[in-house]
Amino acid sequence: MKTNWMIDFLSGLSTDITVGQIAQATHIWHIESQHWQKFAEQACAQALRWVAGWAEQRADEFLVNSCFEKQGAYIVLRTTLSQNKPELPSQATVYPAANRSERHTQDMFGIQFIGHPDARKWTRHLAWSEHDYPLRKDFPVQGEPQDITPPDMEYDFIKGHGEGVYEIPVGPVHAGIIEPGHFRFLAVGELILNLEERLAYVHKGIEKIAEGRTPEQLALLAGRVSGDTTVGHCWAACRAMEQAAGIDIPARAALIRGIWAERERVANHLGDMGAICNDVAFTFAQMQFTRLRELWLRTNATLFGHRLLMDRIIPGGVVCDISDHAAKQIKQEIIQLRRELSDVITTLDLNSSLEDRLYTAGYLSPHIAEAFGALGYVARASGQQFDVRQTATYAPYDQVKVRVPCEEQGDIASRFWVRHKEINASLHLIEDFIDLLNDGELLTAWQVPAANSESIGIVEGWRGEIVSYVRFGRDNTIDRFYPRDPSMLNWPVLEKLVLDNIVPDFPVCNKSLNGSYSGNDL
Amino acid sequence: MNWLIAALQTALFVLLAPLLAGWLKCCKCALQNRKAPSVLQPYRDLLKLTRKNPVVAEQASWVFTRTPYIVFSMTVLAASVVPLIAVDLPTSASADVIVMVGFFAFARFFLALAGLDIGTAFGGMGSSREMTISSLAEPAMLMAVFTLAMAESTTNLSVAISHVLNDGLLLRPSFLFALYALILVAVAETGRIPVDNPTTHLELTMIHEAMILEYSGRHLALIEWASQIKLMLYGTLIVNIFLPWGIAENFTSSALLYGLLIIVAKLAALAIVLALSETLLAKMRLFRVQEYLSFAYLLGLLGLLSHIILEASR
Repeated sequence: MKTNWMIDFLSGLSTDITVGQIAQATHIWHIESQHWQKFAEQACAQALRWVAGWAEQRADEFLVNSCFEKQGAYIVLRTTLSQNKPELPSQATVYPAANRSERHTQDMFGIQFIGHPDARKWTRHLAWSEHDYPLRKDFPVQGEPQDITPPDMEYDFIKGHGEGVYEIPVGPVHAGIIEPGHFRFLAVGELILNLEERLAYVHKGIEKIAEGRTPEQLALLAGRVSGDTTVGHCWAACRAMEQAAGIDIPARAALIRGIWAERERVANHLGDMGAICNDVAFTFAQMQFTRLRELWLRTNATLFGHRLLMDRIIPGGVVCDISDHAAKQIKQEIIQLRRELSDVITTLDLNSSLEDRLYTAGYLSPHIAEAFGALGYVARASGQQFDVRQTATYAPYDQVKVRVPCEEQGDIASRFWVRHKEINASLHLIEDFIDLLNDGELLTAWQVPAANSESIGIVEGWRGEIVSYVRFGRDNTIDRFYPRDPSMLNWPVLEKLVLDNIVPDFPVCNKSLNGSYSGNDL
Repeated sequence: MNWLIAALQTALFVLLAPLLAGWLKCCKCALQNRKAPSVLQPYRDLLKLTRKNPVVAEQASWVFTRTPYIVFSMTVLAASVVPLIAVDLPTSASADVIVMVGFFAFARFFLALAGLDIGTAFGGMGSSREMTISSLAEPAMLMAVFTLAMAESTTNLSVAISHVLNDGLLLRPSFLFALYALILVAVAETGRIPVDNPTTHLELTMIHEAMILEYSGRHLALIEWASQIKLMLYGTLIVNIFLPWGIAENFTSSALLYGLLIIVAKLAALAIVLALSETLLAKMRLFRVQEYLSFAYLLGLLGLLSHIILEASR
C-alpha cells in the first residue's frame, strides 16, 4: 500500500530506490549511500518529518537507517556501507533532529557522517578507548571496564566571550533526586545566553544487551528503557516483535494495553503538573497532585500487581485481565479523580502568582518545534497536532475517537494545560475501552519468526511517539533492538526554549518539558 | 539582676527559635493536607548536624570556616537588642535598631564572602543575588524604622515600645505603612516565599541557600540556627513594635512569665499568617523582587510623609 505522497515523492526523485515493506504502513526504501544527504534535502522540501536514525552490523557490512513520516505513513530509508570505509553524508545538516542520533551512531559503530555540523562525541564519554565501538559485533557484551572512568574534562563546550559573560556548570550530580545530566549555561547577569546539554551519563548499553535475547526477555528490557514509560516502551517493542513474527494480538489484549497506556499517561501528567508547581515554590498544588497520582498508582498495584504496570505486557498479549469488578472500580475512580482534579484546577486557575510564573516563560515557537521534530505535549503546546494514536492509529485506538488537545502559546502554562486536557482525554479513552471489553483471549500463541525478519513498532507513549525497531536473528533471538524515546527529540528543544529566560527560571522550563535521561542515553 | 534577665532573654531567643521554625512547618503541612513532623524536628536536625563532621573544600580559606561562627554570633548579638519578653533591659538601652541592622549586614557580608570563597558557580551566584536583594531591602528596612523613630523620637527599640504602650492603641496611618513595609522586608530578609524558597532543592533558583550549599555538619547547623533566630527576631520585631501589649514592663517573675506566654502566643499566631501566605503564593520571578522591595521602600516613605503631614503637628 502506497499513499499518495509516496508516489509523488518517488516519481520526483532523481535517484534509484528499491521499495519494500517491513510493517503495515511502513515501507522500506533502499538507497545508495552517496544519495543519503540528497534524499534528506528532498524529504525536507516535501515536509517529511525525521523520526529516528539507527545503524546495525550485519556480516561484514553496516546498515544505516533513517525513519521519516508524513501524514501518518512511515518509511525507513536504508543504505549499506562496507566495513572498510564506513562513511556517508550527514542528514543532520538538513534535519537538526538527526544531529545527536548520528553522533550516537558514530560513537557506537565508528560510522563517519561526512559534513556533520557537530563533530563532538555524544554517547561516548571516556569509558571506551578510542577505537572501541561497543555496538560492533566483535565488542564483548561486558566491555572492558576500567576501575574508574576518567572525568570528561576535554568536552569542548561553546565558550562565551565579552564582558560579564560567565559559565554556570550544573550537574551531573544534582541537589534533588533526579537523573544525571550536565547543563552548561552561558549567562550575563541572570539572562541565559546559551545552554548546552551533555547527557549520556545513564548509558546502560540497552542496545548491546538486547542482542541474543528471547522475545520475553526483550519485553522485560524494553520496559526498563525509561522507568516512567514502561508501558509505552514495552508496548512498542512488543508491537514490533509481533509484526515481525506475523501474529495479531487478541482484541481484548489490545484494549487492556490501551487502558494501561492511558493510565500511565494520567499518572505521569499528574506528577508533572505537581512538579511544575513545586518548581515555582507552590507546594500546595504539588501535594494535591502527588496525592492523586499516588492513589492512581495504588489502584494499579491492587488491580494489576504493579504500581507502574511494569512487565504487564508480553509478546502476543498481556499477563493479567481486567475483571468486571475491576472495570467497575476503574470507572468509579475516574469519576472521583475528575471531581478532585477539578477542585485543584479551580484553585490553581485563580492564583495570579502562579500565573505570573508560568505564562510567557519558556516560550517554544511553533516554527522551532516543527524544525526540531518535537513530540508529544511539548509539540502540542506549540500548536503541532501530531499524535500517533490519531494520525497513524493502531489497535485499540482505531475503535474509538481520539481527541488530541492542542495549545498555541508554547509557554510553560501551555505545556501545563495541555497535560490537563490530555488527562481528561485519557480518562474518556479508558472509559471507552472498558465499554468495548468483550470476552476473549489475552494471549496469542507465539510463532518463531524467520531469521532476519524485522519490523518497527510505533506507539504514542505519554511523552510522545515511541519508535522501536526490532530484527530477529536465528532461533527466536533478537539481533538488533533500537528504542527511540521521544526525549531524544525533545531534549534539544530545551536548549532553544530557555533562551532569553533567566537562570532561576530554568528548572521550571526543564520540568515543563521533562525529558527522560534514561530513555535518551539508552 | 537586669543583666541576668537580659542574658536570659537572649538565651530564650536562641533556644526558642527552632521551635518557631517547627511550628511554622506544622502550620504549612496542615494547610497542604500533609502529615507534619513533630514541632521538635528542627532541634533534632540541629543535633544531627552538630554530630556530623563538616566536609570542607580543599581550597576553602579561613573565611569559609569562620563564617558560620561569625554569622551565628552576630545574629545572637542582634537578638540581644530586641525586647522579647521585657522592655527596659540594659542590652536594649545600649544599642538601637540601626545597630541591629548593622549586625545583620556584617553577618551577610561574611556569608557572601564565604559563598565566593570556595569558587563554585552556585556560591557566587547566591552571593550576587543576596547582595542585590539586601541592597534593596536594607534601605526599605531603615525607612520603616525611621518612620517609627520619628513618631517616637528615638531609634531605641525599648523606648519606642514603651511609647506605644503609653500612647495606647491609636490608629496612626504612619504606623500602618511602616508595619506593612516591615512585613515585606522581613519576608525578603528571612528568605521566605515569595522571595526565596528555603526548602527548595533546585540550585539555580536559590538565593540564600545557594550561598550555603557547600556547608555541612556543625557549620551548617550554626547557619541554619542563625536563620531560625533571624526569622524569630523579625517576627518579634513586628509583633512587639506594633502590638506590644503584654510585654513585661517590670521584672517581677509574674510579669516576666506573662510576657513569655504572650510573646509565644503572638509569634504562634504570626507563624500561622506566614504559613497561610506561603501556601497561597508561588515564588516570584527573581526580577520581581526589586519591584517588591521598591514597594516596601515606598510604603516606608509614605509612612514618613504621612507622619510629617498628619501627625507631627499634633
